[in-house]
Amino acid sequence: MYTKRIIPCLDINKGRVVKGINFLDLVDAGDPVETAKAYNATGADELVFLDITASYEKRDIMLSTVEKVASEVFIPFTVGGGIRTIDDFTALLRAGADKVSVNTAAILNPSLITKASEMFGAQCVVAAIDAKKEKDGSYMVYINGGRDKTSWHAADWARKCEKLGAGEILLTSMDTDGTKKGFELTLTKMVSESVNIPVIASGGAGRIEDFYDVLTKGHADAALAASLFHFHELDITELKKALRDKGISVRIH
Amino acid sequence: MIAIIDYEMGNIGSVLKAFSYINCPAEEVTDPDKLKKYDNIVLPGVGAFPKAMDNLKKRNMDQAVKEEIKKGKNFLGICLGYQLLFESSEEDFSGTDDKTAVKGLCLLSGHVRKFNSESGLKVPQIGWNSIDSTDNTGILHQFNGRYFYFVHSYYADVTNLNSTKNDVKSLNTYFSFTEYGKRFASAVEKDNIMACQFHPEKSGDDGIELLRKWVKT
Repeated sequence: MYTKRIIPCLDINKGRVVKGINFLDLVDAGDPVETAKAYNATGADELVFLDITASYEKRDIMLSTVEKVASEVFIPFTVGGGIRTIDDFTALLRAGADKVSVNTAAILNPSLITKASEMFGAQCVVAAIDAKKEKDGSYMVYINGGRDKTSWHAADWARKCEKLGAGEILLTSMDTDGTKKGFELTLTKMVSESVNIPVIASGGAGRIEDFYDVLTKGHADAALAASLFHFHELDITELKKALRDKGISVRIH
Repeated sequence: MIAIIDYEMGNIGSVLKAFSYINCPAEEVTDPDKLKKYDNIVLPGVGAFPKAMDNLKKRNMDQAVKEEIKKGKNFLGICLGYQLLFESSEEDFSGTDDKTAVKGLCLLSGHVRKFNSESGLKVPQIGWNSIDSTDNTGILHQFNGRYFYFVHSYYADVTNLNSTKNDVKSLNTYFSFTEYGKRFASAVEKDNIMACQFHPEKSGDDGIELLRKWVKT
């Protein structure tokens, strides 16, 4: 039976997993390979690595991290954070990433999605979308880490990404991100129903019920969380068992 | 030693890494003449079926693969390397007659078809799905009900197999099936051939275990 996916997100700074709230007070949380292995052991279906390194040596460190993870952990993983060019895609996929997520660069240069999709296949291209609810109730796309508002409505941009060749949408609600008060169900449902490719919901996970809601009412194909799993507030094995008991098809291993 | 055929259809890095992880030495092979040296042969692949057939033919790799399989070499096809074993694919083909569709290696009876997204089914299928084996002797049945990672827009249709019962290609052929919009053949075992639509090299502990068992057979 086809299953809904649970995906932990790991923030990577200079080759180390870091934990922090809103990128402040970063604490070293260990080795990416060991963390990835631990998540695999608890039943994570995929992993997302978000590179938040802000220095010029960024790329080489991340490539070496990706290479190491790919040699020891055999579940799919996505790498994102500052992807700008086709060369970034090539280098990360060669190093062993299964998918690359692109956010700001896709808005500035939509042909990047098409080019990457043609070269490597749609399954390698994840369009990451940060969206925020406006006063009039519409959901707009933001770029540059949520600093700059674009003229795109979230559902329109998601549809456009699919047309351009993206294989999946990673949708983050800026309003719920970090709140632990639940995913943005209206946004997630709207985007998921607008496209014919899988949507990964992100932002707001706090309790088991939040996952249940976003995978049912939100129509998400997968749910992503970071701090909840990092800080051991919720164990993936327990989460999946609880979801299964509520009638959601998940992979129990 | 395991040969991983490199015919420029996607990244073979993860397959190499997975075998290295279970201490089974593997290397990429581009030259069809060198295939003879190996006891185990893997045909991986991601991408379009017609291009894959072209790439195999350009290198005479299609004939080399068939010869080695005929000799009884332990063979594993993954994803596109599974689909290529069938008679034909409707990928990039607008006709309706299988006879004129893009020909595959014709080692298995069946045709590769596109998932129908009109019913609201998300295409490609991306994610974990379980397999249900029809056999009780080989490797696949040991993974009955287990989950593997799939990424594909096309699937193997073997529904007309019964009509070709006397076809030598159908003998001793055991499929596993998976549900995605419809029930499709997700993996196969036939004599020295094992092949799967899913990616064992990306299917966590069960995937690694499946590779381990395949090498040993």
